[in-house]
Amino acid sequence: MNGAGPVIGFWALAALTLVAAGGVMVSRNLFHAVLFLIVSFVGIAGFFVLLSAEFLAMAQIVIYVGAISVLILFAVLLTPRAGRDNGETAVFPAAALLAVALAAVFLFVIYDADWATITSSPDVSVQAIGDALLDIWVVPFEIASVLLTAALVGAIMLVRTPEEEAEDALA
Amino acid sequence: MSALFLVTIGIENFLAVGALLFALGFAIALSKRNAIGVLMGVELMLNAVNLTLLTFSRFSPSDRPVAGATFVVFVITVAAAEAAVALALAVSVYRNRDTVDVDKINLLKS
Amino acid sequence: MPLPILATNNWYDFRDLSNFSRLILENLDKILPHGIVYVVAVLLGFVASFLIFVLPSQLIVGVYGERKLIGRIQSRYGPNRVGPFGLLQPIADAVKLMQKESLMPLRGDVIVMNIAPLIFVAPCVLLFAVIPFGPRMIIGNIPSALIYFIAVSGLPVLAAFMAGWGSDNKYSLFGAMRIVAMSISYEVPLVLALLGVVLFTGTLSLQGMVFWQRDLNIWIAFAQPLSFAIYFIAVGAELNRTPTDIAEAESEIVAGYLTEYSGMKWGLFYGMDIGYALAASAFAATVFLGGWSFFGLDKWVPPWLIIVTKTQLFYMIFIWTRGTLPRLRVDQLMAFAWKFMLPIAIANLFVLATERMMWVRAFDADLKFVWVFVPINLLFTAGVVFAWARFLGYRPENTPRKARLVNQAGGFIPLGGAKGETRP
Repeated sequence: MNGAGPVIGFWALAALTLVAAGGVMVSRNLFHAVLFLIVSFVGIAGFFVLLSAEFLAMAQIVIYVGAISVLILFAVLLTPRAGRDNGETAVFPAAALLAVALAAVFLFVIYDADWATITSSPDVSVQAIGDALLDIWVVPFEIASVLLTAALVGAIMLVRTPEEEAEDALA
Repeated sequence: MSALFLVTIGIENFLAVGALLFALGFAIALSKRNAIGVLMGVELMLNAVNLTLLTFSRFSPSDRPVAGATFVVFVITVAAAEAAVALALAVSVYRNRDTVDVDKINLLKS
Repeated sequence: MPLPILATNNWYDFRDLSNFSRLILENLDKILPHGIVYVVAVLLGFVASFLIFVLPSQLIVGVYGERKLIGRIQSRYGPNRVGPFGLLQPIADAVKLMQKESLMPLRGDVIVMNIAPLIFVAPCVLLFAVIPFGPRMIIGNIPSALIYFIAVSGLPVLAAFMAGWGSDNKYSLFGAMRIVAMSISYEVPLVLALLGVVLFTGTLSLQGMVFWQRDLNIWIAFAQPLSFAIYFIAVGAELNRTPTDIAEAESEIVAGYLTEYSGMKWGLFYGMDIGYALAASAFAATVFLGGWSFFGLDKWVPPWLIIVTKTQLFYMIFIWTRGTLPRLRVDQLMAFAWKFMLPIAIANLFVLATERMMWVRAFDADLKFVWVFVPINLLFTAGVVFAWARFLGYRPENTPRKARLVNQAGGFIPLGGAKGETRP
């Protein structure tokens, strides 16, 4: 993949995504951390476009930026007295060391291995994904729908207040 | 790795971004005090995995190139379900204990 | 493929403005280095669509026309002082907003509060990239334009949330939470309604949908009336138009997430609210009302004129509902989304999928037979809306058909109703 457009796009997106992810780490305000997380999600969506998977990029925007980050924002709002600080626990040095070691191992493997690559982009159109989802992967597709329903019911049951439970017991 | 690595991007560059993102998410998930912060780290790790999957789907020779994209769809689905339940748990814990600090949720500690 | 309209390829042919832009770009390509022309093309498209369509519509129809029409609906004149017929009122408003002092709450989150209007503006510009203004007049003819539209129109919610949070004001936060909750609730029936359209047309591209409607000489609004109605209500709720504008309800929470904003920052929110309403209208005109085609008339009239007219007329319905209907309560709106719209949208999708399957099996997917489904879907729409409304407790026979005075109704009825008049 070369040419000015993809290369500039790649480095810009890499900088955006990683700096935003670092912002989640260093930001002391939990709300700012969520905003950095959203920027990082958008950067990942840009990577998906670069990898010629436009449908997944849009799904990423709809689900991560539109739904999951809003859920996280709501959770931040609903836990007001818990403090908005985004500090670290005492295990931070150990965790950072572990993460650095992990990254080092990953990067060594990535740049050491001799990857077999193709130059032309394969066909991952919406139609191909749809056909695959309803053809070979129809069973995981159905299981995913059951999982989503279970998560929906479970989330509603978890956040009910005692008063609501008492009302439901009366009804 | 040649001197051209700035003007030609290949599979290594995408994988490196995915690995760095995963490591950052890993560090965040391990070290944050707030339960919601931990969840944000987990989401970052899932995103890194998605990026890696799509990179392999794009660059690797395969007789079924849609597999990577389909797997990403499933990962996104599971991530959405996981986020909903985890945040419901956080709110529920907050209602009972008035905190979402993972250091202070230690009722089982003797 | 030969062009299906009579427009020629000459640059002065105003029936297809893409000729002119192509002339500019081809000449630029000879001067500029390789590749730059692609960047220029996108910029040119955005600037042209904004100058030709969005900005005049925002100023003339969105600000002046809306206030004038609302004024007539409410038995007053509306703006009539500045310029002839008050036509310069939008400019006077803008000048007033620009010279206002920009006030900032002392304890607010200044960075978040300043970024929020910018994030609110950017997606509105991006939305117009996929709207086709003619057979060749489209900035980005991407294959999954529908999902692009849904994805991008979800972004301003975040900006509103940031505005509400950064203001450090309890009314702002209430407004932000309301707008987020409501847009999430109404997104579900909206997407289900659009899924029905995709089932029939078999494409996610907006240009493909216009061609489908043009080839069959039918609008999807006729073939799927229930999808159209659901889209109209849900998008009105997502845009915070007045019957559903609980996020900035003046009588409850001062101005919602806009409470602490002043000057041009408020102006950006206000102007882009109209911009989003215009984008939603253009989208509705494209998906449901035939886009730039008009039963063969698009051969003679410029197609971009047709879709601009359709968009403005659709926007008029927004103004009409805004002037006519009273504002609903927040719990009513939530209940309406989850108890009324969602079951009806799912039933609609089920029926449409069945029809699509029958269509493929029985008629060999012959496109002419889509007319068979028009009366079926009309009857289904009327029936299911009536039945589900009755099931949820609304009794139409108890609603007075004629206007009557309070005395005739037995004086002021608090709540719960009087003599035999049961309210749900």
